[in-house]
Amino acid sequence: MEKLIQQIKQGKVWPFPGGIHPPGQKAQSNTQAIKRLPLPEKLVVPLKQHIGANGQLIVDKGQSVLKGQALTKPVANWSVPVHAPTSGVIADICQMPSAHPSALPELSIIITPDGHDTWCELSPVTEPTTLSHEQLIDIIHNSGIAGMGGAGFPTYIKADSRKPIEFFIVNAVECEPYITADDVLMREHAEQIVKGIELMQQLLSPTLTIIGIEDNKPQAIAAMKQASQHNDKIIVQTVPTVYPSGGEKQLIQLLTDKEVPSGGIPADIGVLVQNVGTLFAIEQAVYQGKPLIERVVTVTGNTIHNAGNVWALLGTEIKHLLDCQGFSPVPQQRVVMGGPMMGFTLPTVRIGVVKTTNCILAPDHSELAEPGPEQACIRCSACADACPASLLPQQLQWFAKSKEYDKLKEYNLFDCIECGACAYVCPSEIPLVQYYRVAKVEIKEQQAEQVKAERAKERFELRKERLEREQEARQNRHKRKPAAAKSADEKQKVADALARVKKSDDKADNKSAVAAAIARAKAKKQTGELEPDNTAVAQERAARKEQARAYKAQKAESNENTNDTPADDKKAAVAAAIARAKAKKATKTESTETTDAPVDDKKAAVAAAIARAKAKKAAQNESNENTDAPADDKKAAVAAAIARAKAKKAAKENESQPTDEVTTESEPSQESEPAAHNAEDKKKAAVAAAIARAKAKKAAKENDSQPTDEVTTESELSQESEPVSRNAEDKKKAAVAAAIARAKAKKRQQEGSDQS
Amino acid sequence: MKLTMASSPHNHSHKSLNKLMLTVILACVPGFIAQLIFFGTGVLIQLLLALLTVSVAEAVIMRMRKRSAIAALNDGSAWLTGVLLALSIPPLAPWWIIVIGSVFAIVIVKQLYGGLGFNLFNPAMAAYVLLLVSFPVQMTAWLPATDLLAQPITFSQQLSVIFNGYTSAGFSVDQLRVGFDGMTMATPLDTVKTDIAHGLTISESMQSPVFNQWLGKGWGWVNLGFLIGGIYLIKSKVINWHIPVSFIAMLAICSGIGYIATPGTEPGVAFHLFSGATMLGAFFIATDPVSAATTNRGRLIYGALIGLLVYLIRTFGGFPDAVAFSVLLLNMAVPLIDYYTQPRTYGHGVKK
Amino acid sequence: MTLFYALLALGSLALIFGLILGFAAVRFRVQGSPIVEQIDTILPQTQCGQCGYPGCRPYAEAIANGDEINKCPPGGEATVKKLADLMGVEAKPLAGGEQAEPVKTVAYIREDECIGCTKCIQACPVDAIVGATRQMHTVLIDECTGCDLCVEPCPVDCIDMLPVETTKQTWKWQLDAIPVTQID
Repeated sequence: MEKLIQQIKQGKVWPFPGGIHPPGQKAQSNTQAIKRLPLPEKLVVPLKQHIGANGQLIVDKGQSVLKGQALTKPVANWSVPVHAPTSGVIADICQMPSAHPSALPELSIIITPDGHDTWCELSPVTEPTTLSHEQLIDIIHNSGIAGMGGAGFPTYIKADSRKPIEFFIVNAVECEPYITADDVLMREHAEQIVKGIELMQQLLSPTLTIIGIEDNKPQAIAAMKQASQHNDKIIVQTVPTVYPSGGEKQLIQLLTDKEVPSGGIPADIGVLVQNVGTLFAIEQAVYQGKPLIERVVTVTGNTIHNAGNVWALLGTEIKHLLDCQGFSPVPQQRVVMGGPMMGFTLPTVRIGVVKTTNCILAPDHSELAEPGPEQACIRCSACADACPASLLPQQLQWFAKSKEYDKLKEYNLFDCIECGACAYVCPSEIPLVQYYRVAKVEIKEQQAEQVKAERAKERFELRKERLEREQEARQNRHKRKPAAAKSADEKQKVADALARVKKSDDKADNKSAVAAAIARAKAKKQTGELEPDNTAVAQERAARKEQARAYKAQKAESNENTNDTPADDKKAAVAAAIARAKAKKATKTESTETTDAPVDDKKAAVAAAIARAKAKKAAQNESNENTDAPADDKKAAVAAAIARAKAKKAAKENESQPTDEVTTESEPSQESEPAAHNAEDKKKAAVAAAIARAKAKKAAKENDSQPTDEVTTESELSQESEPVSRNAEDKKKAAVAAAIARAKAKKRQQEGSDQS
Repeated sequence: MKLTMASSPHNHSHKSLNKLMLTVILACVPGFIAQLIFFGTGVLIQLLLALLTVSVAEAVIMRMRKRSAIAALNDGSAWLTGVLLALSIPPLAPWWIIVIGSVFAIVIVKQLYGGLGFNLFNPAMAAYVLLLVSFPVQMTAWLPATDLLAQPITFSQQLSVIFNGYTSAGFSVDQLRVGFDGMTMATPLDTVKTDIAHGLTISESMQSPVFNQWLGKGWGWVNLGFLIGGIYLIKSKVINWHIPVSFIAMLAICSGIGYIATPGTEPGVAFHLFSGATMLGAFFIATDPVSAATTNRGRLIYGALIGLLVYLIRTFGGFPDAVAFSVLLLNMAVPLIDYYTQPRTYGHGVKK
Repeated sequence: MTLFYALLALGSLALIFGLILGFAAVRFRVQGSPIVEQIDTILPQTQCGQCGYPGCRPYAEAIANGDEINKCPPGGEATVKKLADLMGVEAKPLAGGEQAEPVKTVAYIREDECIGCTKCIQACPVDAIVGATRQMHTVLIDECTGCDLCVEPCPVDCIDMLPVETTKQTWKWQLDAIPVTQID
C-alpha cells in the first residue's frame, strides 16, 4: 500500500491494454473563453436527466417559477430533483423527445423565460466545514447534481459511500476527440473545482486524491496544479493521451493499477471517481447555494462557424446552441450529442441540454466520414488489440450475429464498456458496438422473460391447486361422487388433469377458452385422438392480433395530435373500439361461412368494410358533438356501446341483407345525441351501456337464419336503451329495464334456436 | 436539411480491407524481385496468370452466389491469394497448374466455405498442397538459379515452356534443369534431403553447385526479400509480430538443437531460415488473419507449432519443404488454440 | 482347435466388454431431467391454451407423446427452433399462419366500461386480474402473460391486448426506426 502510494506520488501510471489514437480535434473549440448565450425562447427540462427514478412534480402548468426553484422533489430510488434554469412561466408539462439515443418521449417541463432571470432565494454556505456529513449530502442531493461526465449517476449516492474510500480520483481526462468542456472549465475555474474536491474530501476522507489529466491539456494541468498546491493530499497526474483513458475503469487502472471486479463498482476496491464538472457543480451548490441549472457544453464541428464552449442552461434546445454559434448544415447532417466515439445522433434539434450533455458535435462529411458498407470480418483481431477491456470483439461479433447468448455471456459481453475502439479500427467497418448493444438488450430481455415465465408457471400451478382444492371442498359439501373415469393409460392422466380443470371451469362459466380447449381435447379423446386441431382458432387469433396492431397504429396516430384536447383520445379509442368490434364480427362470420358459401365471403368483407366506414363516420359525428358538449366522457362510452352493439348485429346480418344494414347503421349517430344530452348521471349511463353491450352480444349469438327477427330485436334494444338513459332517475329502474331487455333477448334467442 | 442517424463511433481509422490487402501485396515486391532476378521472368508470367484466374473465378462465383462481384474483387483478398500462390509454385510450371490452383483456392477453399472470413484453411496453401500431391512432377520442377543453367533462358522461351511445355528449341523443363555437369539440379532443400538419405554429410552435400557456401544460391536472397517485406508489414501494423517471430524462433531453436546434436547431417540455423518458403511462410502465409489464431497468446503458440512442424517435416518427413503442410495442419487447430488462449478480461480474476 | 480358441477369445472379449458396459450403465447413469421437464422449461409459460391444451405443462406432455412442436404462438419461431433441437425433429413454421416474431402484449381493461362480471378473472390462468363482482377489474401488468384468454369471455368487450410499450431499457437500438426531422 505504502509502496503504491509512493509510486503514484512519483508520477507512475500503469497503461491499460489496447486503446486507440483518434485525431484530437480539440483545437477547434478550446481557444476561446466560455461564452454566455442569450436566453432562449423556451426551455425543455426533462424530469429525468440521470440514472434512477425521476422526482415528483411539484409545479403546475401556468405557474411562474424563479430561477433555481425546484420543479420536482426527490422521492425514493435515487431520484434527483430538477430546477428552473431561469425565471419564467411553465407553458406546459408534456412528453417530449428525450436526450437519449432512442429519443423516446420523456415527461418534460416547458418553461417560457420572462427575460428577468430572477433568482429564487439562495442559501450559500461560507464555512462548509461546519456542516455535518448529512447536511452536506442533502445540499448535494437537493441541488440536483448527477454525474456530468456522461453517465449521470446521482452524486449524492456516490458521495455517501458506505465503503471506505482510499483513492478519490478526479476524472479530468476528457479523452474523447472534439470535447473541451472540462478542459476550459479547469482553465477558468480551477479554484472552484479544487474547492469541490475538498468538499468531497471532507465527505469521504480518502488517503489520496488523484486528478488525472491527459497530457494534451497543458494549460489545464498548470491551472489545476496551481490551484491545488496548498493541499498535499491532491496530486495532479498527467496521463498519456490515448482513448479511452477517460473511461472510469480504465482511469482507475491507469492511476492505481487496480481493476474494478466484473459486475462491481469502484467503491468495492476503495476507489471513487468524479468528473471535474460535477465537482464544480458541488462547489456552486455549497458555496453559492446554486442548484445545477447550467453546464459547459462544447459546440463544435466543421459546420459550426464559431466552435467553442458555452454556458448552456439545462433545457436549452440544441437548436439554440447551434444558431448562436453559427451553423450551416450539410446534406445528411449528423448532430451528435456527446463525442464522436460514444455520442449519439439526434433525430431532432429540438431536444434540450441535460445534465450529461458535454458536447454538441455537428461534423461535416470530410472530418467524420459516413460509415461505409459493412464487409466480411477477416479475423484480423485489430479490434482485440484495441480493446481496453481485453475482450475478443471479433468473437463477440460472430456470436452476436448468430444470437448465441450463452456464448456471449461466456465471452464477457457485459464487460464491454461500448467505447467504440474496436469499431474504430475495424478495416471491414463492422458496426461492432451496435451489435453488442442490441445483444445486451436482448440478453437482458431474455433473462427478464425467463424470470417472468418462471413466475407465471408458479402462479399457474398455484391456481390449479387452488381450483382443485375448491372443487374438493364443493364436492364434500354436496356429497357428490367424484366424476371422471380413470384409466391406466398414460394418456388418460393428461385427460384427467383436463377433466379436473374443466369441472371447476364448468362451475364458473363454460366460456373460457381453456374450457373450450379441454372440451376439444375430450372430444378428440373420445374419437381416439389426443392432438387438438387448433388451426381455426389460431387463424382467428392471428386476425385478432392484427387488430391489436391496427389499434396501436391508430393510437399512435391519435397521440400525434398532441395539441388536441384529451377528449380526442377518447374519441379515437371509441372509434377504434367500434371498428374492432366490427372487424371481429366480420372475421368470425367469414371464417364460419367459408366452407358453406365461399361467395358470401366477399359480400361479408365488403359489408364489413362498409360497416366499418359507417362506424367511423358515426364516431366522427359523435365526436363533433362531443366537442360541443364535452362535459361527460361517459356519453361517449354509451354511444360507443350502442354503436358497437349495432355494428355487431349489422355485421352478422350483412351477408343476407346488405341494404338493410345501411339504415341500421345510420342510427348510432342519431341515438348518441339524445343519450349524450340526457345522461346526467355517470352510473346510469354506464349501466345502460353495459346492458346494451350485453344485449348486443346476446343478440349476436343468435342464429343467422332469422335476419328479419333480429332486426326487430335490434330496434327494440336501441329503443329500450334510450328511455333507460332518458328517464331512469334511480338505479332500480335501470336494473328493471335491463332485466326486461335481457329476458327479451333470451326469449328471442330461444325462439331462434327452436326454429333452427 | 434532414438529420441523419448513425450508431457510434462516428469516426473511423480509415483502414480498409482493400488497403490492408494491397499493403500485403506491396510487401511481396522485394521477394518477388529477388525471384525475378534469380529464377527468371517465369514468375511474372505466373503472377499475371494467377491474377487473371482469381479475378475471373471470384467474379463468376460471386455472381452465382448472387452477390456483388465488384465488391468482392474490390476487397483485394482474391488478388492476394493469387499473388501468394504464384510466388509459391515453380516459375516454369505449366500454365494449367496455376490456373487449377487459383480456381481451387477461390472456389473450393474460400467461397464454398462461405467466402472471405469464413474459410477454415489458407486458400493459397490449400491450393498449393492440392497441386503438390496431384502433380508432384510439375510442382517440384524448380529451376536452379539462372546463372547455373547450362543455357540461359529468355523471356520468350519461358513463355513457351509455360504454355507449350517446351522452349522453341525443344527443351523441356527437365532438360533445362540439367546443369553444366549433366546432373539434374534440385532445390537446395531437396538436394540436402536426397544427399543425407544417400549417406552423405552436410558438408559433402554443400559442394553441390546449387549452394553458395551455406545457403542455396538465389534462395537466400529471395528469403531476404520476403523478410524485408515482412518487417515492413509489422511496421505498418498490418500484421502482428507474434506469428512470424514465434515461427522463426521455433525453427531456429529446433535446427540449432539439431545442429548441435548431429552436426554432420544438419545444415544449420541459417540454412533453415533462408531456404524454401520459410520467410514467405512466416510473414505472408502463416499470418493470413482469416485462418490463423486470433489471440496474441494463441498466435505465439500457432507460430511456434508451425515452426516445429516445418522443422520436423523437413528433417524427418517425406517432403523437402513443409510450410504449406504445417500451416494447413495448424489451421485445423486454430479454434482449439483460440478457445484456450482467451485473454483475461478486465475485472475478471481479481479479488472482490 | 483353432476355431475353438478363436471362439473362446471372442466370447471372453464379448463377456468382458459386456460387463464393462453393464457396469458403466449402472455406475454412470445420467439423472437427466425427464423430457417433459425440459420441454416445459422451453415453453414460454404464458399458459394461454393457444396450443389447444390447458396450459404449458400439458402441451409439454403432449409433445413428449409425439404432438407437433409448432403450436405455441407466444413462443414464436425461437421456441419452435429450441424444441426442434431438443426433440431432434425438423423445425416447422408456426401452425395457423402466426407471425414468426410474436408481438408481446398485455391485457388492458378499459375500466369505465367494465361491468364487474368476473368472467375474465376466472379465465386468467395466472391470476393476473384482480377485482370483485360488480366492482371494476384491473390487470396486474407485471403478471400478465399476454395470453388473450380473458378477451373472449368479456361480455362487453372491454379488454384490449395492447402491445408492450418500449422503454429506454427495452429499446433495441433501432436507429432507423426513429423518425428524423428537418433542421428547422
